[in-house]
Amino acid sequence: MADDKFDAIVVGAGPAGSACAYTLAKAGKNVLLLERGNSAGSKNVSGGRLYTYALELVERGLYERAPLQRKIVREQVMLLNERGATTVDYFNPAFGEQVPQSYSVVRAALDEWFAAEVESAGGMVACGVLVDGLVEQNGKIVGIKSGDEEMLADVVVAADGVNSLLGQKAGLFPDASSHAVGVGLKETIELPDSVINARFGVKDGEGAARVAIGCTEGISGGAFMYTNQGSISLGIVFNPEQAAKQQRHIQDIFEDFKMHPAIQALIDGGTSVEYGGHLVPEIGYHGIHKRLYREGMLVVGDAAQFGINTGLIIRGMDLAIVSGLAAARAILNASSVAETGPLYMKQLEELLLLANQRAYQNFHNIFEISRIFSGYPQLANDAMQFMFTVDGKVPKPMIKGLLGVVKKHASFGQLAADGWKAFRSL
Amino acid sequence: MTIKKLSPEELLALDKFSIDEGHPHILVDKAICAKCTARPCLIVCPARCYRQKDGQVNFEYAGCLECGTCRVVCKDKGVTSWNYPGATYGVTFRTS
Repeated sequence: MADDKFDAIVVGAGPAGSACAYTLAKAGKNVLLLERGNSAGSKNVSGGRLYTYALELVERGLYERAPLQRKIVREQVMLLNERGATTVDYFNPAFGEQVPQSYSVVRAALDEWFAAEVESAGGMVACGVLVDGLVEQNGKIVGIKSGDEEMLADVVVAADGVNSLLGQKAGLFPDASSHAVGVGLKETIELPDSVINARFGVKDGEGAARVAIGCTEGISGGAFMYTNQGSISLGIVFNPEQAAKQQRHIQDIFEDFKMHPAIQALIDGGTSVEYGGHLVPEIGYHGIHKRLYREGMLVVGDAAQFGINTGLIIRGMDLAIVSGLAAARAILNASSVAETGPLYMKQLEELLLLANQRAYQNFHNIFEISRIFSGYPQLANDAMQFMFTVDGKVPKPMIKGLLGVVKKHASFGQLAADGWKAFRSL
Repeated sequence: MTIKKLSPEELLALDKFSIDEGHPHILVDKAICAKCTARPCLIVCPARCYRQKDGQVNFEYAGCLECGTCRVVCKDKGVTSWNYPGATYGVTFRTS
């Protein structure tokens, strides 16, 4: 039996699992990467954008081999009301001059590539394998179960995603809480690259990333849009608790958003080719599970609930990769299995993952300001309408007119309270 | 093609599924759901697997996107068992 034992079994071939397995395989470890989908990435849905530094941490130049979509040179923030939109567009073609800062990605392609890299590095990859249990011996995790089969390893790395049934089975943490996650819906819409380039004002290989608020009917949440090669990823994320308290199905709200005149114009003539749904860790540092290891098992990526959402920056995949790397380094540095867990936590600090999480730890409190999701986007658009309207009538004095617009959406007391809350959260 | 609002059926028809006939990966206890007044599943399941008919919650696993939202929002634990579909079954994303 000892012959069949792996140094590590990694469950889930997403960015976290593959980063871990790749690092271990490169170091000569006998590693098995298991994936329940027929191919890596076939069960995954993400926005998505990948911040490149994470791949650079794994191996310099690794990103150059990855099937990345478009280098993001436009960061856009959109405030919507019923028919209008106010958009801030930050263009910077030099964003991350040496190593581009971020790229849009398509997970089916990205994850399949990363798993193939694991294989090239000498790791064993098996797709179409559902891990449905753990093997325990003397209180330690010593392997996994898949149906009737058992496979043994010194360490099991749970990279099984936001639902992490394995982490729950190991007794490490309870099920994800509904206030700590967002439910995301997404359509992939195919469009010729020439059309995408023209509509978003980008060149071949360059792209835009957009976030939008004011499109969730007041529910805590927001939308995203990423330009890929030959397609656009359009999606929306809701706080499921709040969504459930109103009557409209979130799919209907999403489809209405898609048909908003300002959005529809960007995707017009395109073809919807896929529809996905997914949970995302939403509240950052405070949502991270308190226990991320026990003897013989480490938890990485979404399974650990790593994630940062500032409203402008949405990070998950980069943190997943860094955590996978941290787990691999812990396994490589440990002189006994018992050391692996504490070393993993140390690596999460050394690689600055936890410091990044802590830097934004109170950010999600901003999303308790309900007016962010409806009142303020409306206010912005009403203010624009007031300032840009010319109809031959005598216009109101600028200050008076703008104050009138503000008063329509929030009292000064509310503004002060919201401002204070925002200040405290930053 | 032109962009239009898609119905729930049209959206799911975009996806590739392999259904494990007769083996639902999620089990729902209708008796528990009957007593639930909040019924968040009806609003937040991205695939609309949960539908209300004649006052009852009906669950259909065939179009499940395997996201986990129903399990997370279900307070009364009418979702009695939630697992991923067996290997090779369920949804296969190609562009997401």
